Amino acid sequence: MKHAEIAVIGGGPAGLMAALAAAEMGAKVTLVDRNSRLGGQLVKQTHKFFGSEKEYASIRGIDIGRILATEVHKNPNIETMLNSTVVAYYPDDGVLGIEVEEKKWVKMKAERIVVATGASEKYLLFENNDLPGIYGAGAVQTLMNEHGVVPGKNVLMVGAGNIGLIVSYQLMQAGVNVKAIIDAAPSIGGYWVHASKVARLGVPILTSYTVKAAYPNEMTGALERAVIWRVDDRWQPVPGTEKVFNVDVMCIAVGLSPLAELLWQAGCKMMYVPELGGHVPVRNDNMETTVSGIYVAGDVAGVEEASSAMMEGRLAGLSAAKSLGYDDGTYEEKKAEALKELENLRSGPVGGKIRKGLAQLAS
Amino acid sequence: MRIEEHPILTFDRGREVEFTFNGRKMKGYEGEPIAAALHANGVRVLSYSKKLHRPRGFYCAIGNCSSCLMTVNGEPNVRVCTEKLREGMVIETQQGRGDLK
Repeated sequence: MKHAEIAVIGGGPAGLMAALAAAEMGAKVTLVDRNSRLGGQLVKQTHKFFGSEKEYASIRGIDIGRILATEVHKNPNIETMLNSTVVAYYPDDGVLGIEVEEKKWVKMKAERIVVATGASEKYLLFENNDLPGIYGAGAVQTLMNEHGVVPGKNVLMVGAGNIGLIVSYQLMQAGVNVKAIIDAAPSIGGYWVHASKVARLGVPILTSYTVKAAYPNEMTGALERAVIWRVDDRWQPVPGTEKVFNVDVMCIAVGLSPLAELLWQAGCKMMYVPELGGHVPVRNDNMETTVSGIYVAGDVAGVEEASSAMMEGRLAGLSAAKSLGYDDGTYEEKKAEALKELENLRSGPVGGKIRKGLAQLAS
Repeated sequence: MRIEEHPILTFDRGREVEFTFNGRKMKGYEGEPIAAALHANGVRVLSYSKKLHRPRGFYCAIGNCSSCLMTVNGEPNVRVCTEKLREGMVIETQQGRGDLK
């Protein structure tokens, strides 16, 4: 049996920051990630980040991923396990089950655990929504920006939140035609700066529209045509408002839901909060769940931006280390700083939804 | 289709390798996900569903959703969106559950 002081599960923005923060306090950290490299989904974020310098604002996501991964690899307090998937947590003895390179089974007992497993893309319900060619927007971003392959020729983007807008712009950077961006909501959900970039390139953004159906090419079985229709102010589709798009790719960018399986296994108290993406763990302001010693950070704790994931990670890492007695007197100050950063990131109209969700969680 | 020129990114591709898809010879780059290599070769239908035999492509591309299961070197249910391409791999469309030989 392997032993760890603090196990951090997931090497994306939240997990990387959690590992670095705990190590900075003097704790020994084991960072576990299922991929062959660290960085999580930062590796496909070619856009520059917002926020303050603490969240690496104005640097591209891919570069933030590289910076953090380099710091983790050279930190003597952090051991990294790659190609390793945590697939089990045994609540009776607090042991993690880890599949290493799909061949080896490793058990690890950790004194503290930070779960930073992220989120997965949601689907949308419509006729033929399972056709090849209908992909999550994040999937298309992975295919293009990480592996250098374009998804097709003509795209319909479903969702005008930040992911939908950013991926549309990145599709055009890769030479792909974006026919339209649609969203069932009456207004654009993402930042205006992202919306203006695609609008300037002539991409129509159709609000109050949803997908009616998709149709395959008879020969290949893959997507060939998409039909959309308008929804009224009670979200009901309006017959007669259909528009047809000849597209070989449809991207679904309708949000993410937390990958919270380990938290369920551990018996953490969960709450359904739609504003945060689905079922999320109840936790205190140290990011500790209702199961003592299990902390959360990033999208698994509520779907937000990578910038807030980093700050939550830092908070969780600092607090997990502090609970093991690692504190050189700087803990309270560092915690207050991280909380302040989170408050700034969630301020303003764009953070309204997140603030509402977090308020429900605290009640 | 592969991206050859990009305003921000450069792609550090591995060495070119050969593999087969349903017996057809194809080329890809070592270490890239099988799904990316297939997509670059124009293959988007990866498997057929269990009950209604509907065609399936990938959906999430990062190993979460299990929409991309194929038979690789005789082993069924391989998530080809994360499984790395190797020289000489035998990749097949999977029908339904797949059979363990």
